[in-house]
Amino acid sequence: MDKFTSLTSLAAPLLENAIDTDIIFPARFLLLLDREGLGKHAFNEWRGPGFVLDTPPYDKAQILVTGENFGTGSSREQAVWTLADLGIRCVIARSFGEIFYSNCFKNGVLPIRLTGTEMEAVESAAEAQTPLTVDLESKTVSLPDGQVIPFDIADHHRRALLAGLDEVGMILADHSQTIAEFEERRRTATPWLDLSQDKLDALAEDGA
Amino acid sequence: MTGKTLYDKIWEQHVVAPFEGRDCLLYVDRHLVQEVSSPQAFASLDQNDRPLRRPDLHIAVADHAVPTRRRGHPFADGLARQQVDRLRENAEKFGIAYMPMNGDRHGIVHVIGPETGFTLPGCTLVCGDSHTSTHGAFGCIAFGIGASECASVFATQTIRQTRQKTMRVNLEGGLPAGVTVKDVILALIAEIGTGGGVGYAIEYAGSTIAGLSMEARMTLCNMTIEAGSRVGMVAPDEVTFAYLEGRPLAPEGEMWDRAVAAWSNLRSDEDAVFDREITFDTSVLEPQVSWGTTPEQTGAITGVVPNPEQMTDRGRAARIRKSLDYMDLTPGTRLNEITIDRVFIGSCTNGRLEDLRAAARVLEGRRVAGSVKAIAVPGSAAVRLAAEAEGLHEIFLAAGFEWRDSGCSMCVAMNDDRLEEGERCASTSNRNFEGRQGKGGRTHLMSPQMAAAAAVTGRLSDVRELL
Ligand code: SF4
Repeated sequence: MDKFTSLTSLAAPLLENAIDTDIIFPARFLLLLDREGLGKHAFNEWRGPGFVLDTPPYDKAQILVTGENFGTGSSREQAVWTLADLGIRCVIARSFGEIFYSNCFKNGVLPIRLTGTEMEAVESAAEAQTPLTVDLESKTVSLPDGQVIPFDIADHHRRALLAGLDEVGMILADHSQTIAEFEERRRTATPWLDLSQDKLDALAEDGA
Repeated sequence: MTGKTLYDKIWEQHVVAPFEGRDCLLYVDRHLVQEVSSPQAFASLDQNDRPLRRPDLHIAVADHAVPTRRRGHPFADGLARQQVDRLRENAEKFGIAYMPMNGDRHGIVHVIGPETGFTLPGCTLVCGDSHTSTHGAFGCIAFGIGASECASVFATQTIRQTRQKTMRVNLEGGLPAGVTVKDVILALIAEIGTGGGVGYAIEYAGSTIAGLSMEARMTLCNMTIEAGSRVGMVAPDEVTFAYLEGRPLAPEGEMWDRAVAAWSNLRSDEDAVFDREITFDTSVLEPQVSWGTTPEQTGAITGVVPNPEQMTDRGRAARIRKSLDYMDLTPGTRLNEITIDRVFIGSCTNGRLEDLRAAARVLEGRRVAGSVKAIAVPGSAAVRLAAEAEGLHEIFLAAGFEWRDSGCSMCVAMNDDRLEEGERCASTSNRNFEGRQGKGGRTHLMSPQMAAAAAVTGRLSDVRELL
């Protein structure tokens, strides 16, 4: 996964609320089997002249500034892949859909929640086409006028982004033994949760 | 010491390792695998040369992209076909039970999970699909995850998760005639908003719940995600056990008795404290329809399209203006005067036997209005077969509906079932987002009997006038 440390870029203002993942990445493109090159389908229905990400200089923006509940709706991780493929590495919003929020960290994209006057300052900077600096080490967004805005992020999310860590690799390295022990206890405590291969085979056969 | 909530009890039983704060490594008992969210997750196993840890805790089915006109129709080559083939190949390669498209076990993941007894009380269940909340109706922690998290479940049978806060929603007073649980959840979302549940696991309780079938409870938990909450749940009871007993993957004999004994303790303690608690009177509800482009933009069928110019909240007014523009609606229009072009009865929200029965009761002896095109898409092959055994398909066909094979169909418009630009649809699905049922399509969400009523009158209608 790509590391994220610090980033200075223009921020594209897409100041609407509840932009759902069907808008970010319409369902019909979910048929594509590969993650690469999905950026061209981002916001498909909204693309074209007048759309902020197609309007220079914002077409080069690596930061997206948006409203409440960004990424609500479907769990499709394509919504993050498509933004990352467009070059967006950071999304600043008033709030996020939960699944979208956690999907970001798996893909080297930093989601930042801001509200109130701090968010208004970021929105103004974005609209004025002035670059922002997002620094994950210090957990701050710096505006050209010298204002420095702190943001919150869970520590493990921060560490994972800074190091570009692979979460699955970490779980396997640190917890394989614990997982095996858990499964042993589970087998005794709730044996009905283990499924017999025979039953599964019978079911699949039934279906054929 | 205060008592524990149902959510907390199940959560604690599944913690493999605690991390800082509310985070932990959570064991996953069940994983439903579908074609859209899995190809990249399977690919990551290959790329990292990792085995799939517990194939016995997964079942796979292709539901989103499959055509629903199958028997006697070829599945044309193309992206959808490739995606379905890829799932079958991956399931075979990694040893996961796969329910083929033309078999009797096929269906939407959230319909066949419960139907096969794969979904059980007290378990943790995930799927790369946000409507996984459906399964919480059985008193389990079920939630949608992203593709990277699917990869984590494949390789480790665990995922890193943050424990949610808890909210109890007390539904009180029962349901008036003509009002269903779909109306309850739509009205609830209209009240608390699409962000109202963010960060919470919702437990539904109260006098209205006890009288609900498993199908109805599933509809309720299914749409919990539309209130922003990934988890909706109902404590298991006799209704739950009666539904599960004898299902192919449910425990049997002595193991069944042991399981039921354990499941009977799965309820929130009397003195459990929820982070938030609300009570919602369901006895005063009327049938609901959505008029906008988010599920919270919903109102009673007896009402009118709201006027953003009369609103003091400027943000809300702006959103509504935009929605009405997309929906091509004028403030003040009576909802029951809005004419429709299409009707869709199906989806993981309302594609079960009880839903088809409810729609058929309205359709019996009536015809779909002139230019309206209507389809009924059973949520699974088992639902279709059961409906056909009761003769429901004949009622749908006689009314002028098309009777299709199982799949997600026009809920998500990934196959050829979709709205044309500008078409307006009465739909029993769960999302009325822009373009959800096809580019430029306009969706009105409602219950199955309300969709049936709209089909026969050609406009959004109060089903109570037809019952
Ligand atoms: S029926 Fe609709 S909501 Fe349900 S799983 Fe399929 S696409 Fe998702």
